[in-house]
Amino acid sequence: MPEAVIKVENLVKKFGSFVANDNLTFEVYKGEIFGFLGANGAGKTTALRILSGLLAPTSGKVIVAGFDASRQPEMIKKHIGYMCQRFSLYEDLTVKENIMLYGGIYGMSTALIKQKTAALLERLRFGGYGDRLIAGLPLGLRQKLAFAVAVIHDPEIVFLDEPTGGVDPVTRRQFWEMIYETASRGITVFVTTHYMDEAEYCDRVSVMSEGRIVALDTPGNLKKEYNAKTIEEVFVRIARPALANKQY
Amino acid sequence: MKRFLGFVKKEFIHIFRDYRTLIILFGLPAVEILIFGFVVRTDINDAGVAVLDLSKDETTQKITDRIFSSGFFKETDYLLNYNDIDRIFKKGHTRAVIVFEEDFGARLIKEGKAAVSIIADASEPNVATLVSNYASAIIAGFNREMNNTLLSSAPVVQPEVRMYFNPSLKSHFMFVPGVITMVMILICALMTSVTITREKEFGTMEVLLVSPLKPVQIILGKVTPYFLLSFINIITILVLSWFVFGLPVKGSLVLLLLETMLYILMSLTLGILISTVSKTMQQAIFISAIGLLLPTILLSGFIFPIENMPKIYDYVSSILPPRYFIVIIKNIMIKGTGFMYVWKETLVIALMTVLFTVLSIRKFSLRLQ
Repeated sequence: MPEAVIKVENLVKKFGSFVANDNLTFEVYKGEIFGFLGANGAGKTTALRILSGLLAPTSGKVIVAGFDASRQPEMIKKHIGYMCQRFSLYEDLTVKENIMLYGGIYGMSTALIKQKTAALLERLRFGGYGDRLIAGLPLGLRQKLAFAVAVIHDPEIVFLDEPTGGVDPVTRRQFWEMIYETASRGITVFVTTHYMDEAEYCDRVSVMSEGRIVALDTPGNLKKEYNAKTIEEVFVRIARPALANKQY
Repeated sequence: MKRFLGFVKKEFIHIFRDYRTLIILFGLPAVEILIFGFVVRTDINDAGVAVLDLSKDETTQKITDRIFSSGFFKETDYLLNYNDIDRIFKKGHTRAVIVFEEDFGARLIKEGKAAVSIIADASEPNVATLVSNYASAIIAGFNREMNNTLLSSAPVVQPEVRMYFNPSLKSHFMFVPGVITMVMILICALMTSVTITREKEFGTMEVLLVSPLKPVQIILGKVTPYFLLSFINIITILVLSWFVFGLPVKGSLVLLLLETMLYILMSLTLGILISTVSKTMQQAIFISAIGLLLPTILLSGFIFPIENMPKIYDYVSSILPPRYFIVIIKNIMIKGTGFMYVWKETLVIALMTVLFTVLSIRKFSLRLQ
């Protein structure tokens, strides 16, 4: 039995009378890449915010990195990394200043940050970019850098909210190589995406529809179960009716 | 603490790297002080005046000399008859014509009175009123001397007007405190609301909120640099108004600076409140600039006295923080009074600061629910 770093039992989140998360129960294991799929408005973002300590659940039990999301959100925040769908580095700061800022926010010592920065720039072949402003970097580089910064403090889990939106296919592939490399270091990757080919790269995927998790398994098992060739087909079969109901 | 300092450092980098923000932050106050101080004036200087002297005697010459040596007026023309008045007003350089009746000096000695008329160009009513008041005052001064020396027999009630605190009625006395009040609330509220909404708009706020930084640290980190810079700003303005306009601080400088700090703090919390209700930078700019600028200029008592407003505007004005700060700063700078005279206004601003803070915290945590 693999070790679970995220345990969710009967999670419910209501905004007034609207139920955003309806009785979610799932586990995420240490070092796995967990794909979190769902149509827009299915409740992914809400769940992600609860898991990252930003929102309190209405009811249910949520344990992330060993801490209770309703009682110790501050502790959770110290043990996770987060990269949101919008670009999260400061454009008017240099690469090094951004790393220094986020490293400092996560309580790392200046010496450690400097050492990590050097290693990181080396690994990404970013050598010459250290003192450049983010504003001058191409989007692909920025996204990769944002991801590297999100795991600079070696968190137990990193949450990626649609990290590859608007990125070219080559960079997307490189980005996923970084994700694999991160997972191999024992960091759990929790990723939401709209690209179904990316879902194939995950160890396990869950599909949300109207606030509920309607499917959760490895990509291979899901394809077998729904008799589909790709995850895209699986997704359309499960999530499409919900989308149609929403729109009409 | 180290987290917090790193965050503050980042804020400073934002400010110093964006030269446009820097220009607004430091340039605007200085420019406004100079503009309001030199351009918007309610006192007069070298206003054009023409004389139609139908008497041409020693007395009229004396009065004329006195008028032109006052520094308020300069002579534009010497008229020969009444028909010239219309013509010279139409030319536009002349604000007023002073007319001495025939045999002015002789009548004054014989009958004890003589007529002088001041005809002002009232197409600009404010200037006309000012010019006629200043000219009347000079003539009244002449009268008083005459009464004392030549005609001391006639007992006349003569008011002797003295302008306390500002003897020469310099309008800088009114504008410098007003501009400080206006610029500080504008800059502080604008800058804070924009810097916070910018993080929201760019998506970095989300990352900050997920980080171990507490919301209160984020807000304080945003506000601290602006607090320091605004304080430097205030000192710049005071030094500038002292060197350029010769406006001293009559009261306690320490008290003035403390009150200013409170006012800056209030403006910053107002900026935070604005940022919690606006989604984009544009909204924040709109609310801070339009929502604060006009009411401050028109309703705070900065230019137009609150006593003269209809009651309803008086009520509206009483919710504007600048109204109270203007009283405080004028009291300390111009009258030289102490804390005992401004404690009520200070209390109001302190309460407003608390109110804005509480509202912002509630708004902020509501958003996170």
